[in-house]
Amino acid sequence: MAAKPILSIQNLEITFPMAHRDFRAVKGVSFDVGNEKVGLIGESGSGKSLTGRSILRLLPGNAQARADAIRFEDRDLLGLSEAQMREIRGSRIAMILQDPKFSLNPVMTVGDQIAETCQIHLRLDKKQAYSKVVDLLERVHIRNPERVYGLFPHEVSGGMGQRIMIAMMIVARPSLIIADEPTSALDVSVRQQVLRILDELREDRPTGLLFITHDLNLVRSFCDRVVIMYAGQVMETLEARDLDNAKHPYTRGLLEALPRLDRPRERLSVLKRDPEWLKETAK
Amino acid sequence: MNTQQQSLGARVTLWLHDENVTSRRQAIAQRWFSGLVALLGSPIAVIGLVIVLLLIVVAIFAPLLATHDPYVQDLTRALLPPSSEHWIGTDELGRDAWSRLVYGTRTTLYITALVTVTVAPIGFIIGAVSGYVGGAVDTALMRLTDIFLAFPSLVLALAFAAALGPGIGNAVLAIALTVWPPIARLARAETLTVRSSDYVASAKLQGASLFRILWWHLVPICLPSIVVRLTLNMASVILTAAGLGFLGLGAQPPTAEWGAMAAAGRQYLIDAWWLTTFPGLAILIVSLAFNLLGDGLRDVLDPRNG
Amino acid sequence: MIEVENLFVHYGRGASRFEAVSGVSFKVERGETYGLVGESGSGKSSVMNAIAGRHEDWEGTIHLASSKVLPRKRSRADRLNVQIVFQDPYGSVHPKHPVGQSIEEPLVINRAPNRQARVADLLKNVGLPGHFRYRFPHQISGGQRQRVSIARALALGSPIMLLDEPTSALDVSVQAEILNLLQDLKQKNQLTYLIVTHDMGVVAHMCDRIGVMKDGVIVEELTKAQLISGQVKHPYTRELRAASLGEEASLEISV
Repeated sequence: MAAKPILSIQNLEITFPMAHRDFRAVKGVSFDVGNEKVGLIGESGSGKSLTGRSILRLLPGNAQARADAIRFEDRDLLGLSEAQMREIRGSRIAMILQDPKFSLNPVMTVGDQIAETCQIHLRLDKKQAYSKVVDLLERVHIRNPERVYGLFPHEVSGGMGQRIMIAMMIVARPSLIIADEPTSALDVSVRQQVLRILDELREDRPTGLLFITHDLNLVRSFCDRVVIMYAGQVMETLEARDLDNAKHPYTRGLLEALPRLDRPRERLSVLKRDPEWLKETAK
Repeated sequence: MNTQQQSLGARVTLWLHDENVTSRRQAIAQRWFSGLVALLGSPIAVIGLVIVLLLIVVAIFAPLLATHDPYVQDLTRALLPPSSEHWIGTDELGRDAWSRLVYGTRTTLYITALVTVTVAPIGFIIGAVSGYVGGAVDTALMRLTDIFLAFPSLVLALAFAAALGPGIGNAVLAIALTVWPPIARLARAETLTVRSSDYVASAKLQGASLFRILWWHLVPICLPSIVVRLTLNMASVILTAAGLGFLGLGAQPPTAEWGAMAAAGRQYLIDAWWLTTFPGLAILIVSLAFNLLGDGLRDVLDPRNG
Repeated sequence: MIEVENLFVHYGRGASRFEAVSGVSFKVERGETYGLVGESGSGKSSVMNAIAGRHEDWEGTIHLASSKVLPRKRSRADRLNVQIVFQDPYGSVHPKHPVGQSIEEPLVINRAPNRQARVADLLKNVGLPGHFRYRFPHQISGGQRQRVSIARALALGSPIMLLDEPTSALDVSVQAEILNLLQDLKQKNQLTYLIVTHDMGVVAHMCDRIGVMKDGVIVEELTKAQLISGQVKHPYTRELRAASLGEEASLEISV
């Protein structure tokens, strides 16, 4: 991949000040995202969600984030003011979260919510926004968009809710999509559909996708590259297709611990956490 | 502090912070300790707590803190202004206002304690049973609650007090009858949220009786919000009691009660302002203190903290 | 050990009453692990709730350890026959009770002797240190809470354990430990498991036989070998299996 990366994170640190000593949730994390799908894998507490949110400066109030650089398309995000970040959020960089039930406004129809996004980012009037919304809904393969326009979030299924979130997200044609566990709340058969849609949307222009999840099986088939995180640090970065040949003992441990339909075993091997892994690699 | 005492202090601190808990007592002590530390972390709560503790101390040591007998009348020394002998003056019957104020803390405390002790169990049982059992029982109990809630509390308390007759005991009863409905509503709301939770389901599947579920499972869940609500309500309880006293329906003469004292002083407001002002201030300060304490408790007892 | 015949489960009343399970029948032999697989809305959890006695609005026949159970009244013997481990490790134990108290509860309710010794024993069997009995749920991890839940389910020595998505809320590495623990306990205590889940990987690992549910009915029953090798008959089973292996799926969706 010769072109410059769309997103480049260098030496990210996220700290939570606490009573006795600071809690370092993320330490020295660096990786790039180009026009590709990068999976950020980790278990709970690994710091993967915090990393994703820090890009858009969406961390909880008491968190302190520092990095050598967070570069997005030639701009260092760390140096931007809040007003400048607001311009980027939702238009240049989009984020999709886990449960559409919590991301969608329960008292507005889904169509109106997407229309609102259109009006804000594209400055369309009501009529133009309506046809844009119908168009977007069709792009995410929703068959009767006019009908779906008038539905409320509680009337749509999980899979459809995520498609609606995706539709809202692509209004302003972002260059980077951060997806934080977008399919974890969905049924197994619906997951693949949603992923395929994300894939399709990247076809018109170079778009980076940062896919944050704990599901190893999912990224094996979906992502191009994989970044493995544990206890706030990056353990290993590798091509997704090489996942089964991973070198780092933590990654190997995770792979061995996973029950797999195509690889039955008597007993699942249990991950032995080596304190060696917590030692920070010198930068 | 010699070395033996020092090591005791150090040992107690260790016991309260040790992760490896070895007894039930230790676990519970640790919880209370961390709750206390959290409460003391809020300056507002501390102010409230201090004043409430002061109230209790004054009530207990009233005989020592009063300068005169609160009941002794001396008509020749009526309506005297504050002086070194009578710190806040005398009332219309020549009784020392300070001593009556001090003894009045006992009355206030008596009323608040009695109301709490009556209202908490009744409110909880009605609300929790209503929420847990549901159906016709729920409907019946909630309509009963609605009836009581429909009246403004002071009017209802007045009506009951008038019907039951004057006197502190009846006033307490009247006030309690107006305070229980919100507690019942609260208990019901909390019960509804946890009624279908897995741990209640598990207890039912193991064969737990209704009583067991109410006492062991629902009380710990409902207690924090009930405590906070009651503390916040305490202010209005004191004011209602004062109001009843003001109207002559609460504590009867010669009992020292702040509301009654303020009422009696009303006709002398121009000439002897101290008769109404000081009891009024006392009511204000204590009500405020309970409010602040309730706010602090709410932060500490937040269910998120387990 | 478990015999379900023609089970119908309903929710709601009057106009909003709907049928979640429409005539499900299956058998689980002693010492077997049977998996009910399906997506949300398939009715698998409703079946488990009916068997567990958690939901009472059902019709049909259910036998547990050869004794028939009725929808509304559960005898003490019925209760001793079956216990359940829930999905959400946080909601399954009382947040304000020390963990030991939650484990002890079935013993207290059923007036079992030697409770303190039993609790210590149970903690050991699920791999938790003895002093954990005084800890509160928020002081221990999700995986440890699930172990507590398992210990509680084992307390009465029930031969049948119902497992409702026991590892869905857990990390991969913790899931492996819990699944191994469940396997060990099954061997040691000769238990019979009915497990409900949507995770095909877990199913293939744990179950001897599987019932695939969709829209309230079992569309196919198969053995572990058949599932792994792909010898599946029903298109829906095929679809689930493919999705689990990360294969392609059709895109169109309508309301």
